Amino acid sequence: MKKHLQRLYLGLIFAILYIPIITLIFFSFNSENSTAVFAGFSLRWYKELFSSPETFIALRNSIILAVTSSVIATVIGTAAAEGIYRMRNKHFKSAILSVTNIPMMNPEIVTGMSMMLFFVAVAGILSVSYESIGFAAMLIAHVTFSLPYVILSVLPRINEFGDSLSEAAMDLGCTPMQAFFKVKLINIMPGVLSGALMAFTMSLDDFVISYFVGSSNFQTLPLLIYSMTKKKVTPDMYALSSLIIITIFILLLIYNYKSGKRIKKRRLIGGYKK
Amino acid sequence: MKKLSQIKHSAAAAPHIVWAVLFILLPLFIVTYYAFTDADGAFSFENVTSLSEYLKIFGLSMELAVIATFVCLLVGYPLAYIMARANPKRQKLFIMLLMLPMWTNLLIRTYSIMAILDDGGILNTILNTSMHIVGTKGAVIFGMVYDFLPYMVLPIYTCISKIDKHMWEAAADLGCNSFKVISKVIFPLSMSGVISGVTMVLVPSISTFYISQKLGGGTFELIGDTIERQFVTGALNVGAAISLVMMLLILLSLAVMNKFTDSEDGGIIA
Amino acid sequence: MKKYLKSFLVLLSSFILILSMNSCKDSDESGDENAEKDDGSTVILNVYNWGEYISDGFEGSMDVNREFEKYYYELTGKKVKVNYTTYATNEDMYSKLKSGAGSYDIVIPSDYMIQKMISEDMLIPFGAQTIPNYVNIDEQFKNVYYDPDNMYSVPYTYGMVGIIYNEQLVDPEDYERQSWDLLWDEKYRGKILQFNNPRDAFGSAMYLLSLDINSTDREVWNKALDKLKMQKPLIQAYVNDEIFNKMTTASAAIAPYFAGDFVTMAYTNEDLKFYYPKEGTNLFFDSMCIPKSSKNVDIAKEYINFMLTEEVAVENAIYIGYASPNKLVVKNEYYIESMGETAMDILYSASPKDLNAEYNALYGTTCYESFSPDIQLYVNTLWESLKTENSTELWIHVTTIAIVVSVFALYGYSTYTKKKRSRHYRIKK
Repeated sequence: MKKHLQRLYLGLIFAILYIPIITLIFFSFNSENSTAVFAGFSLRWYKELFSSPETFIALRNSIILAVTSSVIATVIGTAAAEGIYRMRNKHFKSAILSVTNIPMMNPEIVTGMSMMLFFVAVAGILSVSYESIGFAAMLIAHVTFSLPYVILSVLPRINEFGDSLSEAAMDLGCTPMQAFFKVKLINIMPGVLSGALMAFTMSLDDFVISYFVGSSNFQTLPLLIYSMTKKKVTPDMYALSSLIIITIFILLLIYNYKSGKRIKKRRLIGGYKK
Repeated sequence: MKKLSQIKHSAAAAPHIVWAVLFILLPLFIVTYYAFTDADGAFSFENVTSLSEYLKIFGLSMELAVIATFVCLLVGYPLAYIMARANPKRQKLFIMLLMLPMWTNLLIRTYSIMAILDDGGILNTILNTSMHIVGTKGAVIFGMVYDFLPYMVLPIYTCISKIDKHMWEAAADLGCNSFKVISKVIFPLSMSGVISGVTMVLVPSISTFYISQKLGGGTFELIGDTIERQFVTGALNVGAAISLVMMLLILLSLAVMNKFTDSEDGGIIA
Repeated sequence: MKKYLKSFLVLLSSFILILSMNSCKDSDESGDENAEKDDGSTVILNVYNWGEYISDGFEGSMDVNREFEKYYYELTGKKVKVNYTTYATNEDMYSKLKSGAGSYDIVIPSDYMIQKMISEDMLIPFGAQTIPNYVNIDEQFKNVYYDPDNMYSVPYTYGMVGIIYNEQLVDPEDYERQSWDLLWDEKYRGKILQFNNPRDAFGSAMYLLSLDINSTDREVWNKALDKLKMQKPLIQAYVNDEIFNKMTTASAAIAPYFAGDFVTMAYTNEDLKFYYPKEGTNLFFDSMCIPKSSKNVDIAKEYINFMLTEEVAVENAIYIGYASPNKLVVKNEYYIESMGETAMDILYSASPKDLNAEYNALYGTTCYESFSPDIQLYVNTLWESLKTENSTELWIHVTTIAIVVSVFALYGYSTYTKKKRSRHYRIKK
């Protein structure tokens, strides 16, 4: 009975989460230029999507930005988490943590606009055009707002992992560097990866900060879609979203299937050890 | 041999500290500067004192955000609980299913919700009714909950899944029924997750400007909309002043919240 | 410790290296392979236009930007790449340009914004006459009020605001009045839409009240605000592009919007009809300009010239659906045929063609002029007061208070029991 109730609840929530997604996939097959009135089934918008270079440039920009910013944020963030863990001075530690959290606690719109004002000032001081630092500005902004997510997903792992294994590794002749990369990093990997994933997702979906910071020659997908609101958002954007979500869904299923197998294997080994 | 713990490699945090000073603190300093100057760069309190006009908008934004956060918690906690107790293979799938909608564009998601809930939308067509949903505060709250639910569920989920399985048994052995197990044992232990979740939902809800414009039918304004309009009409200084005050208010309320709960390092996610 | 620092620095710099490589790739990736051989010779032309405001190769139509790249290569033997980005409002564009966050070679602002940008010295006076195809522009669109000497702008599209209504939902006697007051009709409470930007929303009230839409008198604006406040209870939503979905699904029955967009909507829902209100209405122009930040003025002029050729202008006019100021377009048979009779009628017949003198005389009341900063701020404030009018509801306060009180009560209760428990244990000890 309880099991059923739980299943019902899960089903209900996921249904509500996915009805809009299904709706958008549905309208991507519309034969007319409308995202609200369905006239008939067609692949028209998929065709249109692949004939428009601007969309793909924007998609490519978004992906370049999301990948680079999440990689940089992950590297800096993981290092920072390790460093923060090592800190002895409690006050300094908590000060650093508070500052780290600011971009996450701060409303996006404030972060976006403070960044914009900052980069305008920087461009003024360096006496270069904003455009020439446009990509760097966007990248820095994205790294900045994803850093706290990385740090706060890595730090608990490091805390949990402790020092004993790294010390053992060093006793066995590892340099501190080796001990970190060969022992610790591997063990805190789930935290690092989930931080990276979070950073990637945030960057890909970010509109507000990019809207303020963005410059002329670098338009990301959310910015492109927003600019369509002068006239109307066409169903080819729905087609693109559908393609993205279906691809990822399939990847997830494959990944899940494989990792499911791995879990079974691990269990077997565990059983054997006993 | 030197013990690892004796070596200070807190230097690993150096790039981050430099980054934080350059790209977090300095920009905030610039916002503060703008907030206290007028368009010509002269020092002035005018921006800050003119803020009283926005009190009503501030209030409404706060209220809607509080309600949305509460609904998120009500909906999200059981979800996180069920997810954490499912078998490990399922757990991963659930998390990914939860994250997946975030990979579609926020604006497109919002349009899609509008297509469903509009007066002549899919829901009203199917039920053959004429409910007016888009344009109400309820629709805005729904939009916020829809978009920010993962931020609530993920930290709570991680927190609950870390709780030792034996806790349940111990509590049950000591005579707790399943409701008491949750309210007396599990909920207090997952408090840090709840706090993280509340923070991560509350903050974006206060400042969102797209959801309120579209799902609110534009009949009212939230503080995010106001800031955005100040910016595009060139009133940078007023926009900066509103931002500054909003930030201080949020940081203050978070500090108060943290005071109430003595969570250690605020393990926001994972 | 030093080792760590070093390795991270190495990592960081390698990322920056990868990045710079990436951005290099960005700049010379012009789509064909030749570009990489003679890199450095490809010039980038930054075009900043409204979203969905150019023919982009949709279903066999012309991809104007790619065509221009080809055209320019054939003309001069030099490679140019059009970097095309888009914005949603005049104000977005303006703030990007003003903050210096973007440098562009072509922008396409509306009339009042051009006026503002000229007054702030943000545009280059390139002289429209120096562009050969400028002769294709109809005389009535030359020497217009925002650019009397044709120094800064070349018209791209124009159009007028009218009222869209759903024939099935609105009674004939109401829409036959052909007036703005349809937007204030009690009968259609909850079925009316209004613009979600101050300029056009105030405009609708001001036309109805026969007020000067460019007034500098605060009293005039207050009157318009009162009218808008009266209208607020009847409004279903203040909209931008949501109007397309709301009107085509018949969620709403009446809305003011641009004639060109009505044509698109009517194609999806045949019940939608349109009229220009008898009290007068807004006439707007979107014109091509070259901002001061442009580094390629000559190529930008060539681009404008290209946009004015018959073939390109026809493709754009069909794609956008707004009226074209290009003489050749209006006469083009393919254009007339693909737009259809109704659309041609709405787009062109109602605009005061052949009335050159009167038309100019009408500018003061039918076109927007740029506000002084003072009035701009005042209108902003009025707009806010419209939005905050009756914006909150009792249940919101009640729910919020209930939530806050219960959270505090819960907190208090838990600390109380904790204390009690600890006291209990202490006694036992």
